[in-house]
Amino acid sequence: MSYEVIGITVLWTFLYGYLIVASIDFGAGFFSYYSTITKKNHLINKVIVRYLSPVWEVTNVFLVFFFIGIVGFFPSTAYYYGTTLLIPGSIAIVLLAIRGSYYAFHHYGEKGNNFYQALYGATGLLIPASLSVVLTISEGGFIYKYEDSVWLDYGALFTSFYSWAVVILALVSVLYISAYFLAYYAKTAQDEKAFDVLRKYALNWSLPTILASVLVFFALSDHNPEHFDKMLELSWMFSLSFLFFLGAVYLMWKKKHLGVAFILVMLQFATAFFGYGASHMPYLLYPYLTIYDGFTNEAMAVALITAFIAGLCLLIPSLYLLMRLFLFDNKYVQGKK
Amino acid sequence: MFEYDPVFLSRILTGITLAVHVIFATVGVGVPLMIALAEWMGIKRNDEHYRLLARRWARGFVITVAIGVVTGTAIGLQLSLLWPNFMQMAGHVISLPLFMETFAFFFEAIFLGIYLYTWDRFKKKIYHFFILIPVALGAMASGFFITTVNGFMNAPRGFDLENGVLTNIRPLEAMFNPATPTKVAHVLSSAYLTTAFVLAAIAAFAILRGKDHVYHKKALHLTMTAAAIFAISTAIIGDFSGKYLAKYQPEKLAAAEWHFETSTEAPLILGGVLQENNEVKYALEIPYALSILAHGTPDAEVIGLEEFPEEELPPLIVHYFFDLMVGIGMFLAFVSILYVLFAKVRKWNEWNKPLLWAIVAGGPLSLLAIEMGWFFAELGRQPWLLVGYMTVEQGATTSEHVDLMIVLFVLLYIVLCTTCATVLRKMFKNNPVEKELHDRGME
Ligand code: HDD
Ligand code: HEM
Ligand code: HEM
Repeated sequence: MSYEVIGITVLWTFLYGYLIVASIDFGAGFFSYYSTITKKNHLINKVIVRYLSPVWEVTNVFLVFFFIGIVGFFPSTAYYYGTTLLIPGSIAIVLLAIRGSYYAFHHYGEKGNNFYQALYGATGLLIPASLSVVLTISEGGFIYKYEDSVWLDYGALFTSFYSWAVVILALVSVLYISAYFLAYYAKTAQDEKAFDVLRKYALNWSLPTILASVLVFFALSDHNPEHFDKMLELSWMFSLSFLFFLGAVYLMWKKKHLGVAFILVMLQFATAFFGYGASHMPYLLYPYLTIYDGFTNEAMAVALITAFIAGLCLLIPSLYLLMRLFLFDNKYVQGKK
Repeated sequence: MFEYDPVFLSRILTGITLAVHVIFATVGVGVPLMIALAEWMGIKRNDEHYRLLARRWARGFVITVAIGVVTGTAIGLQLSLLWPNFMQMAGHVISLPLFMETFAFFFEAIFLGIYLYTWDRFKKKIYHFFILIPVALGAMASGFFITTVNGFMNAPRGFDLENGVLTNIRPLEAMFNPATPTKVAHVLSSAYLTTAFVLAAIAAFAILRGKDHVYHKKALHLTMTAAAIFAISTAIIGDFSGKYLAKYQPEKLAAAEWHFETSTEAPLILGGVLQENNEVKYALEIPYALSILAHGTPDAEVIGLEEFPEEELPPLIVHYFFDLMVGIGMFLAFVSILYVLFAKVRKWNEWNKPLLWAIVAGGPLSLLAIEMGWFFAELGRQPWLLVGYMTVEQGATTSEHVDLMIVLFVLLYIVLCTTCATVLRKMFKNNPVEKELHDRGME
């Protein structure tokens, strides 16, 4: 594998990690708020608090890792995306800031303040929507370059069918992933009432997830036919993804092996996400920037990859410990610790 | 009247974000160490008061870390949004420490999560203490890595520039540039000093308010002893920073000292007002002191501002920033050493009012010193972004709407900071030490 491909694979993998852990977190915020207004919060809030409190900061670092890493491996992205994304980027920062801090305030400081909770719920949907814009833009057709300047065409962005399809997919996926995880967690915690509520959420969001994916396919075939054709070449990945989806829904329906069901959900998104990513190659930004012309020098690539491997050696045991203590420790999960 | 100038506005926005972040970042580097000290004392002396101290500090820490993380995320993204050209170049040469910093964050975040939720989960208390070690190391490492990036901006190394093309890149040399040793040491040491003082100020204030539980006195003693050590180390390392500047960035030191003409036996100028013909009035002069600060001997030659082209001079206002930082540094060292002396000598009362008030003042003053130090270091680098290679103008974004973003972020920081303050206040007010001691059956 060339350094370029290693670099983008590492980054894409962390972005996938963020997609999963952040979806759980974002969705939980929404469900928590939604269940408060429908007066079911006493059922699921405990589950949410117990799982999310210890890990919210870790979630954020996944994102930081991605945007620092991409500037390291592909410095030219700083130029293209940095120059054009000032406004959407800033809005995303503000939303993340509100969420991160109010999350801490809500859980450690003031328990049960409704305003915090509403913010927490709302940002859970707005952040994925605003972050998904970056993927939309990478498809080209929204950033223009003329001589020495680049700019973003907001008019095109907001009126594009494709960009709205992506937003919808992002929202629906967040709720879907989150519901599957929380249902599994509730089951492990032997909290049957919470489980029933969360299972219903999980099943309800299953069909919309598939419909939204199909919508994005259609929109993309119109917006960027070149990319769409490449996706068709990788259609086995997307078919696999659909099979995983069916498996997950089946298990949730039958209330069996919920851990496996969640793993299937993760595989469903892994195959789709990497299929999308692989077919996007070699472009980082259609049609201006590929991984080859935006790449850092060789010395830095070697240094970054070395640092990455060393970092993983520290990280994986630590993450394992974290999961052992909070996720797979049944006594903790059941609230006995 | 106002022309839209993205360069100037980007500087303002970067400065504001960093000025907010650095407060929380400094506390974020320092507090884990202080918690570790307290918990260690608690285990070693089998004294539950110290463990409660650790527990309460940790609880407050969660709130400040949250703001540190979100403002840090903001600055991390803003660097690309506001300084795209700089980051494109930096990506080639100095992205290694930035990248490693994210691992330090990971490490810290994971163990902090574990630490906070496992107070009573281990049979052996020392296991809980062990979990704090990676937190403190991770915080220290993130301070270390980011400061090497800042060092690189001051003393760029590790690449060759041929016809505008970067070649022969040496990432480690860029990271361990000449500015790194003193800068990292000074930043870490001052972070520990500041945190110790802020926590000491809280304890001193409680005692002044008439709370006479030994808990507060133990807290004060622990924090002030640490503060005395770090005050001395900060001043010594600060002196080395001066020597670094004299060698590598003489224009910055000269601007800080309003030292216009190259001369030997240079005096140190404190305060004062600059007249039109570059004459300094109302200042306190300490003979030979600048020569000593710069090179360690009273007769050494110190380069003056006259040797640099007009357009490459930093703004002279940095003089006041420098003086304030050093003045506060002296004050903190004086107060903390005095406290240690008073505590040592049996006959003297270390809880006398003037001393306690001085300690209370030391809390906010140390935070001010951090701000002043950074404003000095950053403004003193102007007009360069990468000294000798890239000016601020060349690094900035050309994007529109930076002005709007300033409004947005100022609002955000105001909301964050006020909420942080109210949450912290409520948290400790609703659960005072005396009550918690009682509830936990320690009384
Ligand atoms: C509590 C905070 C604090 C205190 C008491 C001091 N400093 Fe400081 N100083 C900092 C906090 C700081 C800082 C915030 O950490 C800076 C800003 C940028 C940097 O690298 O460190 C800094 C920078 C800084 C620099 C510039 C380095 C550069 O631009 O590369 C010098 C020469 C000194 N300091 C010297 C001193 C001296 C002689 C002190 C005497 C007591 C002193 N500082 C006290
Ligand atoms: C954390 C404490 C810091 C504070 C309070 C601070 C403050 C400031 C201020 C006031 C400016 C504006 C300077 C001017 O307009 O003349 C600035 C600029 C800048 N700082 Fe810092 N800074 C800090 C640390 C850092 C670090 C660690 C880095 C490097 C990673 C950094 C990178 C920059 C950049 C890229 C600019 C814009 C270019 C420039 O104006 O020189 N800063 N900072
Ligand atoms: C004196 C200078 C600085 C120090 C000592 C410092 C230290 C810290 C610390 C201790 C944290 C909390 C990390 C955590 O708990 O996870 C933090 C957060 C952060 N800092 Fe700074 N920082 C400084 C300046 C900067 C600058 C200039 C940048 C921009 C490159 C930056 C980027 C970040 C980021 C991205 C985070 C969020 C990390 C997360 O999501 O966990 N910091 N910083």
